Amino acid sequence: MAETVFRAADDGALPQIPVGDWVDTGFDWVTDNFEPLFDAISAGTETGVEALRDALLFPPSILLAVLLAVLGGVVRSVRFAVVSLLGLLLLISMRMWEPAMATLALVLVSALIAVAIGIPIGVWAARSDRVSAALRPVLDFMQTMPAFVYLVPAVTFFGIGLVPGVVTTIIFAAPPAVRLTELGIRQVDPELVEAGHAFGSPPGRILRGIQLPLALPTIMAGVNQVIMLALSMAVIAGLIGAAGLGGVVVTSISRLDVGLGFEGGLSVVVLAIYLDRLTGAFGQRRGRLSGIPSFLSRGGTVAKGGFAASGRSASAAMPVGPDQDPPNRPAR
Amino acid sequence: MPAVHAEGLFKVFGRRTADAVRRLQDGASVAEVRGSGATPAVIDATFSVEPGEIFVVMGLSGSGKSTLLRMLNGLLETTAGTVRVGDAELTALDAKGLRRLRQERMSMVFQHFALFPHRSVLDNAAYALEVRGVDRATRRAKAREALALVGLDQWADQKPGQLSGGMKQRVGLARALAAETDLLLMDEAFSALDPLIRREMQDQLLELQASLGKTIVFITHDLNEAMRLGDRIAIMRDGRIVQIGTPDQILETPADDYVRQFLADVDRGRVFTARHVMVGAPALVAPTAAPAQVLQTMHDHRSGSVLVGDGDGRVAGVATEDAVRAAAAVGAPSLAGVALLPPVEVRTTTTLSDLLAPAAQDEVPVTVVDDDRRLLGVVPRGAVLAALGGVPRPAPAAVPESLHPAGATALATKEAVRG
Repeated sequence: MAETVFRAADDGALPQIPVGDWVDTGFDWVTDNFEPLFDAISAGTETGVEALRDALLFPPSILLAVLLAVLGGVVRSVRFAVVSLLGLLLLISMRMWEPAMATLALVLVSALIAVAIGIPIGVWAARSDRVSAALRPVLDFMQTMPAFVYLVPAVTFFGIGLVPGVVTTIIFAAPPAVRLTELGIRQVDPELVEAGHAFGSPPGRILRGIQLPLALPTIMAGVNQVIMLALSMAVIAGLIGAAGLGGVVVTSISRLDVGLGFEGGLSVVVLAIYLDRLTGAFGQRRGRLSGIPSFLSRGGTVAKGGFAASGRSASAAMPVGPDQDPPNRPAR
Repeated sequence: MPAVHAEGLFKVFGRRTADAVRRLQDGASVAEVRGSGATPAVIDATFSVEPGEIFVVMGLSGSGKSTLLRMLNGLLETTAGTVRVGDAELTALDAKGLRRLRQERMSMVFQHFALFPHRSVLDNAAYALEVRGVDRATRRAKAREALALVGLDQWADQKPGQLSGGMKQRVGLARALAAETDLLLMDEAFSALDPLIRREMQDQLLELQASLGKTIVFITHDLNEAMRLGDRIAIMRDGRIVQIGTPDQILETPADDYVRQFLADVDRGRVFTARHVMVGAPALVAPTAAPAQVLQTMHDHRSGSVLVGDGDGRVAGVATEDAVRAAAAVGAPSLAGVALLPPVEVRTTTTLSDLLAPAAQDEVPVTVVDDDRRLLGVVPRGAVLAALGGVPRPAPAAVPESLHPAGATALATKEAVRG
């Protein structure tokens, strides 16, 4: 019985749906009609990334490594500063500093744009159930579509090189910014928002003064995720000619050069761990954040844990019971 | 003009709400309306809150009391009916007008405090003024004053997370007081506190109210709290207000079995005070009165002691029958030489529980006095037990002279009595 059904399908009992053709046609149309826009985006992004890369490569590599380590020490701990200094010095010794800085520039620019787009959309989704419901499948699509699939249309629109790398990275990395911003804002105790309304506070003021500061730890966890995803995508983008560590890895594959591949991969790991711990520290409560502008440290009453704290800060931000809170419990 | 006036207020959640209101107005039952997908939360609520009174809305959870409160400041939109706050019709305002009204006329205290954990205690207290656009120095000064009123000025620079539950709610109260609005909405404000702290907070609220004279709408599910705080109480059940009245009216004439059931749980010892059980003050005996005459009066009233005045409406002491008889026996011209027992004085606000001990001793009658220790009345011993037992109290005017308590004998010719 089952066999006949499958055979019927094989024989063409169901019509073939030419999804691929439609997509091709659609992309052709978009390419034909929006070329100037894509060119402008191309030029802008390229300038941004290259300027940042040049800026990162301008100081002597050892000096920059020390500066980055010191930054780590300020936001996190002395131990972290020492370990990251060793890691960064290893990059220099492996002669991977230049591609690493190119990747870092690409990651930072992409992450910045992804966050700049993602947070406002997350705020919007938090305010409207309809927007939230509409966004969910879109975000799922963006995150689960195999990363390589993005590369092809990106190349069609922007050609080979840096820019399609940035664009695919943004698409791939933006969803956590949206999701965790929405989650963070929705988790703010409704009674607090009500209190804002009860004293006649306008919605914009409630957002800035109550919701965003209290959602900040969760939002920062989202930013951390954005950066990590951007880094992984930046390497894949090496396939379409984005320079940097991705390029190194792609070269090693094409030459079957195990040593080079390992060096490239190790450099990605060093960069990843540094960025993760650094941005994770921003989501933490106070700690050694004295050097950080107050708006970053002020919000934190919820997240205690480090990076990637979506799950953790979610549980910490759950409203606690109406009983007497011991002083160190999250305040209601 | 009432401070708040609600007229025919409905709140219906769910589908086809307007239709549900119309059917409820036509006498449909809640169950019928619910069948068509609408959930009525408040049904036809009409009441006025007078300036300066504490108006308590009492009901079990799900009775619609919190919904009702949120319609009074527009946090929830009314499905039908009007709310007036002073001369402004709240239900007719747009979003901007509503915000202004909230900023200038009303503030709110929340069940779970709703303090902003990222702001200091002082900045929490200053929030309403900040929203209103008051400059930093002024609003901080006012917030500090409000914190001082609730006794928390020492904690101004702490974060709310460092405070205990009771302290947090005092900050919540200070935040509402600092707004300097006439109307205070309190949503189960003390329900999340443990009983001891709750009582403390109730006392503090009454104390503050005595000096500030705000108009307060207080929501609670605790009838004891309602009785303690309320000048008037509205009892809600299933979205409807079943009775509005003073605590006495509700205790004496409960509107239906539902209210009566509630009253069974009232801790009368804590709800009733000396004010409820005292009877009119008897005339005080002047120290110059002749012992023989005093004895005669005591005999007429079958009482064992008299209250001797100090000439200024205060009770100087109590003369027992034995002491007066002894004075008469030695032929003393007046009570001047008689050894007086110290009076047992209570205030009108003393609860029945606290009256039990004074009322238990037999020789000296319990006298109710004002802040200047002037005599207002006396507490008949039996009245305390009767009130605790729920025996209806005869109207004060109807108390015949002969029922005046033992020891509270009056002498017609004696000095004037205050109160």
